[in-house]
Amino acid sequence: MAHGPSSSFKNPVVNWLDQRLPIFTMIQKEYGVFPTPRNFNYFWNFGAIAMIMLVTMIVSGIVLAMHYTPNTNLAFNSVERIMRDVNFGWLIRYIHMNGASFFFIAVYIHIFRGLYYGSYKKPRELLWMIGVVIFLLMMATAFMGYVLPWGQMSFWGATVITNLFSALPLVGQDIVTLLWGGFSVDNPTLNRFFALHYLLPFVIAAVVFLHVAALHVTGSNNPLGVEPKGPQDTLPFHPYYTVKDSFGTVVYLAIFAAFVFYAPNFFGEPDNYIQANPMVTPPHIVPEWYFLPYYAILRSITFDISIPFTGLKLIEAKLGGVIAMFGSIAILFILPWLDTSPVRSARFRPIFKKGILAFLVAFFLLMYVGAQTADAAWHLGGLEIPLVYVGQFATLVYFGFFLSLPFVGLIEKPLPLPASIAKPVLGGGASAAGATAKPMEKA
Amino acid sequence: MRRLRSLILAGLVAVAAAAPAVASEEMEYPKNEWSHGGVTRGFSNIFGTFDRKALQRGFQVYKEVCSACHSMNLLSYRNLSALGYNEAEITAIAAGYDMTDGPNDEGEMFTRKGVPADHFKAPFPNEKAAAAANGGKAPPDLSLIVKARKGGEDYIVALMTGFEPAPAGFTVPSGGNYNKAFPGHVIAMPPPLSDGGVTFADGTKATVEQQAKDVATFLAWAAEPNLEARHQMGLKVMIFLIVLAGILYAAKRAVWADQH
Repeated sequence: MAHGPSSSFKNPVVNWLDQRLPIFTMIQKEYGVFPTPRNFNYFWNFGAIAMIMLVTMIVSGIVLAMHYTPNTNLAFNSVERIMRDVNFGWLIRYIHMNGASFFFIAVYIHIFRGLYYGSYKKPRELLWMIGVVIFLLMMATAFMGYVLPWGQMSFWGATVITNLFSALPLVGQDIVTLLWGGFSVDNPTLNRFFALHYLLPFVIAAVVFLHVAALHVTGSNNPLGVEPKGPQDTLPFHPYYTVKDSFGTVVYLAIFAAFVFYAPNFFGEPDNYIQANPMVTPPHIVPEWYFLPYYAILRSITFDISIPFTGLKLIEAKLGGVIAMFGSIAILFILPWLDTSPVRSARFRPIFKKGILAFLVAFFLLMYVGAQTADAAWHLGGLEIPLVYVGQFATLVYFGFFLSLPFVGLIEKPLPLPASIAKPVLGGGASAAGATAKPMEKA
Repeated sequence: MRRLRSLILAGLVAVAAAAPAVASEEMEYPKNEWSHGGVTRGFSNIFGTFDRKALQRGFQVYKEVCSACHSMNLLSYRNLSALGYNEAEITAIAAGYDMTDGPNDEGEMFTRKGVPADHFKAPFPNEKAAAAANGGKAPPDLSLIVKARKGGEDYIVALMTGFEPAPAGFTVPSGGNYNKAFPGHVIAMPPPLSDGGVTFADGTKATVEQQAKDVATFLAWAAEPNLEARHQMGLKVMIFLIVLAGILYAAKRAVWADQH
């Protein structure tokens, strides 16, 4: 941050404020003239979009919390009261309900962009890891939020997922009791989930701040994965990327709005419009779509892991599934050190590029398998392929992608990298265009 | 070119991510035409409104047939104004029910006539009573039934018209009825509708099919009473966002003009 009166603003009030608390200087530095690679494609919109979705979720969520009652006898009806009797309650609730899905869509694309263009590599390892923390916090928040309407899928989803922790040795059952606040999913569970669901978004906002702060230390990666070498490679964030992010965000919001107004229950489960009943188990318990790949990984471990020929069980199938599921996220933390290639962008990495496409296919395959019943199968002619095998295969590809990265980096011959960003973008004859660009109009 | 490809790729990923896989071995129900577009069918009719006549007929079917066993606890008589009834008609409908209220200043519960602000009167005092009178399982509340079943309105129609003799070799346990649309095909509910079982005030012929469609329309409205408001606001919001996106795209082109 700037020291002393480094900048002066025309507006005397702004000037007075800025000399005492340099927020305007900071905004100018971080969002006005901030040097940003000139070659972003539209994948780079999704960070801003995710930010807008977080704000949307917090604002709509606070309004919902004003009308919601976290009590097992009242929760379901209080949500229906929001839908029927609160002014524009249906709108706020559908925004929040679909907003969760669209927040995850944005974040999944954002993560995939990071993977594809190698944004996790040095010097952005910590930036990436903070991002994975945000992702984990989002998953916890979304899971607890889904429990709040206290429908059948809320209740049974909560029961299934919290029960997973019981597979952990020694402390498992205690963790489950702690999560439940009792001996089954009940009123104490609902109360603590509501409290945490209200708390965690603000924790996410704080971690997002760290994510952005870390980003502004290293600067953004870009589709070429080549660091900017001078002002000819960058543009001031404003107006170039403010306008581009605004355009992308509004297009995304239009798709979001189309679902809110014309297909608000598209991502939902009919069972969640039935009030929770601990005595009736739904025939098919599925988590929300954004958890399906991990749910499929969990269910893919159908076998115990034991020491051969001794019959000694090391890891039971249930624990194995839980380890695989958490491992599928945890592996993202060490990704910066798994990938040994110095080249960032998949554009210049022929083997990695094939690998990440296989990973993408595996991810969607897992999402599909996760939505099916455990005994479902594909019928190809006379051939019957149990989907659990498909899930196991996709799980193998998922982990195989990450675990092969150290070797891929060693054997892969990267394509020649461009000398700088400006070269391929402007076709060689690059002038120092970034330097001549207009700075932000001063307030 | 490369920018375009990235844009298309980003779009594809978004679309693929937005299409969650659906379970495979579900029952399919014949699709009907709904003027409101179908509550659970996305993007079916973005201008859809409920058929008021069908809503009133459907309410009549509920009132005269379904309500003998099924509650609709989330609805109030005042909500019926959305069906096209005026205040006097709603007051008269509500007054047709006796409500238990109280305690009064003497501490006694008392009975009074229903008013529009009352919730629909349930056929049984509590769920246990409903279960006891219906072979051990309470008939489900119908307030949200269209959103709570896969297939929505089409499921309701298929169920109402799905009663038929069991195929050879299929044993229906006592107290059960065969229904081709019900999961498992054995349903405790006896066929509720019959041709001419109700007499519609507007002269519509009350076939089982007609009653089924009307009551499905009514139940769709009950599950999603704000559908029309949602469709109307959606149109404005979509126009606003699309125009704004157009303006921003033009602004983006203008700002970037010196960089391409």
